[in-house]
Amino acid sequence: MGRSIKKGPYVDVNLETKVLNINEGKNKKSVIKTWSRRSTITPDFVGHTFAVHNGNKFIPVYVTEFMVGHKLGEFAPTRNFRGHAGSKK
Amino acid sequence: MARIAGVDLPKNKRGEIGLTYIYGIGRSTAQYILDKAGVDYDKKVNQWSDEDQANIRNIITNEFKVEGQLRSEVQMSIKRLLDIACYRGLRHRKGLPVRGQRTRTNSRTRKGKRKTVAGKKKAPKK
Repeated sequence: MGRSIKKGPYVDVNLETKVLNINEGKNKKSVIKTWSRRSTITPDFVGHTFAVHNGNKFIPVYVTEFMVGHKLGEFAPTRNFRGHAGSKK
Repeated sequence: MARIAGVDLPKNKRGEIGLTYIYGIGRSTAQYILDKAGVDYDKKVNQWSDEDQANIRNIITNEFKVEGQLRSEVQMSIKRLLDIACYRGLRHRKGLPVRGQRTRTNSRTRKGKRKTVAGKKKAPKK
């Protein structure tokens, strides 16, 4: 068993409580704004929309069940490659 | 002549090596299979008895995913990455290295043949 498996998935605590609150119906905000790109997506997150910061703006990410186990940051690219100078397209 | 898991049959090789011609079986898996079937590593593929062959075939079908099945599994996992539009999926889409390797130089396996860009200045000599 790998060390990282033993330690379990990492989720920022404030983000997790926010999600759980919504799941319990205490709060009915639809989009959760977050800077926590490092948080792993857990099964609780499925069906929510997150606005994930990419360093510039917030990228809306709708979480499906296939995304479980990835990190939120993987869905909000931080680089914007428009092609090299002089190359058409 | 041995025909295992579809199409594979290199006959003049040692068993340990011969098995690696099957997609999804490398050296250590091959050794595991031969150990389990009680066949010597050095026995050539064409010297396997029918019984040996049957044993080996059984072990492979029962315990391993090989050839077409394995290939399709790999394709499916790549497709999953593409569909959820995560970073790894985007890299697959662009045909660039997926695991954070440098792309300033090298990574020709993923990028393919060099495409020369016209008008690109050479670095000045000093």
